Amino acid sequence: MTPSTPEKAPDIAIEFDRVSKSFGQRNKKHRVLNDISFTIPRGLTTVIAGGSGQGKSVTLKLILGLLYPDSGRVLVDGINVPSLNKRELLKLRTRFGVLFQGSALFDSLTVFENIALPLRERTNMSEDEIRSRVMATLDQLELSGHEDKFPAQLSGGMKKRVGLARALQLEPEIVLFDEPTTGLDPVMTREIYQLFDSMQKQLGYTAVIVSHDIPGVFDIADQIILLNKGEVDVFTDVNEIIHSTKPYIREFAEMTMGDLFTRPEKEKCH
Amino acid sequence: MAETTIPPEEEPPALALPFIFLGDHVLYILTDLGRMGIFLFSALVGIFRRPFRFRELLKQLNFIGAGSLAVIFFTALSSGMVLGLQGYYSLHKFGAEGMLGSAVSLTLIMELGPILTALMVTGRAGSAMCAEIGIMRISEQIDALECMAIDPFRYLISPKFLAALISVPLLTAVFDIVGIFGGYLAGVGLMGVNSGSFLSGMQQSVTNHDIRLGVIKSIVFALLLVWICAGRGYLVQQIRGAGFGAESVSRVTTQAVVLSSISVLIFDYLLTAVLL
Repeated sequence: MTPSTPEKAPDIAIEFDRVSKSFGQRNKKHRVLNDISFTIPRGLTTVIAGGSGQGKSVTLKLILGLLYPDSGRVLVDGINVPSLNKRELLKLRTRFGVLFQGSALFDSLTVFENIALPLRERTNMSEDEIRSRVMATLDQLELSGHEDKFPAQLSGGMKKRVGLARALQLEPEIVLFDEPTTGLDPVMTREIYQLFDSMQKQLGYTAVIVSHDIPGVFDIADQIILLNKGEVDVFTDVNEIIHSTKPYIREFAEMTMGDLFTRPEKEKCH
Repeated sequence: MAETTIPPEEEPPALALPFIFLGDHVLYILTDLGRMGIFLFSALVGIFRRPFRFRELLKQLNFIGAGSLAVIFFTALSSGMVLGLQGYYSLHKFGAEGMLGSAVSLTLIMELGPILTALMVTGRAGSAMCAEIGIMRISEQIDALECMAIDPFRYLISPKFLAALISVPLLTAVFDIVGIFGGYLAGVGLMGVNSGSFLSGMQQSVTNHDIRLGVIKSIVFALLLVWICAGRGYLVQQIRGAGFGAESVSRVTTQAVVLSSISVLIFDYLLTAVLL
């Protein structure tokens, strides 16, 4: 398949088709993804969950073309990402917004400059237009008054919000979140999830959230993809995880959800 | 339990182990050279990509060029003065003190100027460049640029290349002038060599070819130092044995400075042998 002839399904934004990925050398190879297939629906929030080292961040990097699979296809709107050349890849990435684990803010730029960067580099907007748009975003994300601060002067939650503001500047179709609540306290984590949820509903982008924050992140999920030991399971509801008969999913649920798993049915989430 | 472990291949015979080890290292070196080659190509191509980042170029010119002036000035003055004293001591034995201007200027223009400037810039700006890019790499700032479809070479690396290619030859020229002045101070001011013979000796012996050699060396050294320092920082996560996190940046910065300095010295010999 070539990038010019995408196999586009109307409601599928991203598709993993029998993807495998290993790391390491010779006899120290570890297979992180083992022939996995799943789809991510357009315009909804999909959570990719799993323990540490299960390949959650790897899936994001595969979607972005920052890593290449050993075998299989990673399709974004029907376009096979690994087959793209550098120029095509850059073009494809214009459709993404990414919020990195550590926010990846440019530490030598102020909050304003960080958010304005994609507009300055990727659009022909005048400086006045950029200023008004960035200030509007700052206001929307309750960051007004912090525009002249540097990332080192911000709290963890504020960094995430600035990262989200930067990711949303070019009005992306797909927004990828890599462990967005790492390092945040439970109250801030909840606030950030609520913010993600309201922004997604407001702007209608496809959100893909990679997280090990379970079950908190399930509150905003329309679909849950569980990665475990190189395998993949897809759920549309947290109750499906809780009622799964697969031993490793039950084990995962017990380990990660604790009392939620043991609570009576009516009290459970969703 | 994290990821699935792929069953290891069959254990090779003991006799084959040294060859496997050697082959593995050769393959790594070739891969690393290939990555560095692609990095150099991308950085040079990035210089010509639009939109040009004039403000970033000025910032880098200020950091690499203007910021290095003080260290270049003092290194040049002390080197020139030492050359003046040492030269006088040696030439005096043969009654050839009149050649001091020629000896000092030629040594500075053809050798010491380009080499010491490159080493000083490597130590001051090259190490900072490597650490800055390395930190940007491990904190996913470079990934963030790529995800915003901003070419990290055009945005980040190429302005540093261009600034080094402009600054280092100019700093070398400053080094030469200050160094010759230092030699004059020591030879004429302190040791009593005739001022006229110092200056005329310099005038008669330095040719355009000598100056050209110095300029070519300074350009090549600039390219080497910015390539190695920026390249090692950019590839910090792919360098074997560098470790992870802050430690990897620190190790790679040390490696970059050492590698860059050695490369400058080796290329100095090669260029002298070819162009003299």
